[in-house]
Amino acid sequence: MLGCSLECQSSFSLLMQCRNFISCLSCWFDSCVCAFHFTGMQHGEYVNNQASSAPSPLSSASDDEEEEDEDEEAGVDSSSTTSSASPMPNSYDALEGGSYPDMLSSSASSPAPDPAPEPDPVPTLASAVPQPTKMAKPFGYGYPTLQPGYQNATAPLNSGVQSSSPVYSGFQHYAQQYPGMNQLSSSLGGLSLQSSPQPDSLRPVNLTQERNILPMTPIWAPVPNLNVDLRKLNCSPDSFRCTLTNIPQTQALLNKAKLPLGLLLHPFRDLTQLPVITSNTIVRCRSCRTYINPFVSFIDQRRWKCNLCYRVNDVPEEFMYNPLTRSYGEPHKRPEVQNSTVEFIASSDYMLRPPQPAVYLFVLDVSHNAVEAGYLTVLCQSLLENLDKLPGDSRTRIGFMTFDSTIHFYNLQEGLSQPQMLIVSDIDDVFLPTPPDSLLVNLYESKELIKDLLNALPNMFTNTRETHSALGPALQAAFKLMSPTGGRVSVFQTQLPSIGAGLLQSREDPNQRSSTKVVQHLGPATDFYKKLALDCSGQQTAVDLFLLSSQYSDLASLACISKYSAGCIYYYPSFHYTHNPSQAEKLHKDLKRYLTRKIGFEAVMRIRCTKGLSMHTFHGNFFVRSTDLLSLANINPDAGFAVQLSIEENLTDTSLVCFQTALLYTSSKGERRIRVHTLCLPVVSSLADVYAGVDVQAAICLLANMAVDRSVSSSLSDARDALVNAVVDSLSAYGSTVSNLQHSALIAPSSLKLFPLYVLALLKQKAFRTGTSTRLDDRVYAMCQIKSQPLVHLMKMIHPNLYRIDRLTDEGAIHVNDRVVPQPPLQKLSAEKLTREGAFLMDCGYVFYIWIGKSCDNNFIEDVLGYPNFASIPQKMTHLPELDTLPSERARSFITWLRDSRPLSPLLHVVKDESPATTEFFQHLIEDRTEAAFSYYEFLLHIQQQICK
Amino acid sequence: MAFTFSAFCYMLALLLTAALIFFAIWHIIAFDELKTDYKNPIDQCNTLNPLVLPEYLIHAFFCVMFLCAAEWLTLGLNMPLLAYHIWRYMSRPVMSGPGLYDPTTIMNADILAYCQKEGWCKLAFYLLAFFYYLYGMIYVLVSS
Repeated sequence: MLGCSLECQSSFSLLMQCRNFISCLSCWFDSCVCAFHFTGMQHGEYVNNQASSAPSPLSSASDDEEEEDEDEEAGVDSSSTTSSASPMPNSYDALEGGSYPDMLSSSASSPAPDPAPEPDPVPTLASAVPQPTKMAKPFGYGYPTLQPGYQNATAPLNSGVQSSSPVYSGFQHYAQQYPGMNQLSSSLGGLSLQSSPQPDSLRPVNLTQERNILPMTPIWAPVPNLNVDLRKLNCSPDSFRCTLTNIPQTQALLNKAKLPLGLLLHPFRDLTQLPVITSNTIVRCRSCRTYINPFVSFIDQRRWKCNLCYRVNDVPEEFMYNPLTRSYGEPHKRPEVQNSTVEFIASSDYMLRPPQPAVYLFVLDVSHNAVEAGYLTVLCQSLLENLDKLPGDSRTRIGFMTFDSTIHFYNLQEGLSQPQMLIVSDIDDVFLPTPPDSLLVNLYESKELIKDLLNALPNMFTNTRETHSALGPALQAAFKLMSPTGGRVSVFQTQLPSIGAGLLQSREDPNQRSSTKVVQHLGPATDFYKKLALDCSGQQTAVDLFLLSSQYSDLASLACISKYSAGCIYYYPSFHYTHNPSQAEKLHKDLKRYLTRKIGFEAVMRIRCTKGLSMHTFHGNFFVRSTDLLSLANINPDAGFAVQLSIEENLTDTSLVCFQTALLYTSSKGERRIRVHTLCLPVVSSLADVYAGVDVQAAICLLANMAVDRSVSSSLSDARDALVNAVVDSLSAYGSTVSNLQHSALIAPSSLKLFPLYVLALLKQKAFRTGTSTRLDDRVYAMCQIKSQPLVHLMKMIHPNLYRIDRLTDEGAIHVNDRVVPQPPLQKLSAEKLTREGAFLMDCGYVFYIWIGKSCDNNFIEDVLGYPNFASIPQKMTHLPELDTLPSERARSFITWLRDSRPLSPLLHVVKDESPATTEFFQHLIEDRTEAAFSYYEFLLHIQQQICK
Repeated sequence: MAFTFSAFCYMLALLLTAALIFFAIWHIIAFDELKTDYKNPIDQCNTLNPLVLPEYLIHAFFCVMFLCAAEWLTLGLNMPLLAYHIWRYMSRPVMSGPGLYDPTTIMNADILAYCQKEGWCKLAFYLLAFFYYLYGMIYVLVSS
């Protein structure tokens, strides 16, 4: 009896001790965390504040702000704003940041809803959105999650510790599978990998020994490691991708991983299926203005908790009714909450002015050079064909201007018998000869006049002797013409602007084209075009530049007009109507796409992310209006964007982060619409998990964007070094922390195994290569493309796809529109794969090469190319004939299928083995050695050397 | 006690540094406004750019004055800032007007942070310099 009680007592005291110890320890941890992540704790507190106090001073202050914004917005018409009158309406933020009269008034009358009680007893509704981890957990519970975060944060301080005893959660799985990593202890268990382990993405790969690193099938974006419900709801990787699908918890962890963190966006992509929502109230968070999305949590029927700022909001009455199922009381089944990509039709709250009509202005170079190149014929023909398909409504307006050393306007006012040409020769002080209404005319009312003009234009200037080009003044005139409405200006230019404002000098030294040292003049020579672009952007006008020039035209300076006005840039080197018919055909097809594709006007895009993350740098064509708002005068479906992110506050108190882009635009039908994409990603605390979630394609695209910036702001060699360092740093960080295999080998996790290959491909890309002769304009154009192309197209430009096409079979073929499209395996980009007996297709994004081996099967040549044997194939061949044979049908359907997947029509070159044209083809075989650059294997050795240093 | 040229220089520098302190404060406020989204970057650059050269010129002006007054120590203390100003202006982006700040790049987080840091450092420098000049002026007045 006594013994028993003694035992009891001792066990009790043990328990007490234990508890004491634990509380001590957790206190200690807590204080450590406080010390190291002061900001993080602040953040938690702030959130708590917001959630726990009823109308706190903070939230009411923000409401006041909103009201002010609204006033400002209202004041635009009456022009009685107190702020200094700026050409750029100050209330864009207010627009997208949005006014919300209903909510405001309701919040004023009734106090904010009850705070969320600490442990949420209310189960989430059927959509089973997991609650973000609670801020204030009981110590015993919060302890294991705190530890890894703490470890990661402090590791840099005592870096000696990290290699000797790495404790990484989530590694247990692999330790068993791969005995080489047995020494890893994983005391903390698979915290985040429990739900679905991705053993493959962390499998260590010895790069120098793996010969066939490139998979046979196209590479898909990695799927974020979320639970099944969330995964199903998540945004499509085609529109929204993150370089790290597992977001590191702290900036320190990110720094340790040495990987870029950022988003790749393709927000206005052509979609086959898009839920469009019309409702009076668009439900948004009251404090951060986030649109309601699938990742919010419903606390109960009447309240939802924002997933970005954690504020609890009311569900408005209208939202309770579900129009799809016609049922009441199921807010979580509304389309907004079931789809991560939705489009709202916005009310007048989202307008600064009545939605503008679609306005198109064409500014055409008609100097001698331009007439000689003959692009006017192609353009006018395309326009005539597509005039009815131009996106717009009955208000659509169109206008034309031409320029050489003077500027010509065309009066197309309804009622005239023929177009009237007005010449302004005073290019120093440009003015509009008539009111803009007669120069920009309604497409439907003046259609006959427009057609007359388009028929006459190609022959109007045939005998011109004017060689000068006054592009600058012409653009100034275009700006004056467009500023009352805004819209799209398409500029066609064929040479260096030589007179008037914005004239440029040739800066390229042809002898320096293949220099390995310094590449100069990647930046603009003047800020004229940039300033004009900013003015245009302020008046909702985007300028698209078509440069069709055989000589140096200083694209680096000219591109600014499109870069900052959210336009796009097209470059057709050595364009000539008759000498280069394939270019002319390409222009024709590109124009068809350009003229008929969707367009959004007066757009703004805001990117929001979970508290703690912040936008660092944006890449693309736009003007950055504020820290998270891009001003886009026009938006088109082919525009891509990239954003670098940084982690400002630790994400220790959340297990999920979300990103939301909201694109507010006016459609060509005059509707104000908001397209919202939301992406949800898990947060991880261990380095291994960060490496497991790398999206290598997204990372490489982001790096390419960063390298472009670096080459312009610093130098090309700096950018190249930075690219190499990116590989060296990330692989050595991986080698020293996660994998503890022998150090002599170059080890990469499977998710990163293509990283060195892609970086090598980037170094050999036109934009960054040295040693190979590259025209300055070509290089600058490649850089512009890197900046503005969406990921899918950019990847092909960086790393082309090579297929063998002389033995296409229907094995694994897919069916598209009743056509059978064969799917040949991908080949690695090396001459060793090219056999003389074969024929290969290389898909470089905007150009296709078909390489025919010398001893290629005559049957193939006859069946597909239509020539009897290899010798009779012409040197220049840009089409595959439509032959009625099975191989031809297969080859053509494959090429058509590839072609259809991209906006601009690629050129096709048939390259015979041993013809001079092969050099261009071989330049794209990036795994091979060239006289100026490493082969892939040499590059790996180089990296290994750098790591061991 | 006599009113020498050195004393005059210090006095002038004192007044001008007070002006420079205001410049620095203005600079800090402006970038803070940018960071908190209150202002449009175009407007902000338009207000900031005309102030850059006056600031640099004022500083250069009293550097020259100290040179004339043979105040070597004071001049030496000011040389780093003068050199920094020259370097900063030489490496500015391509611009037609005077100034340093380009509305298209100013919102880049790195540049914004750099400009903010620059503002605080300058403010600290000018404040210290202000008291140093005060001390220098009194010292010169008393010793001569």
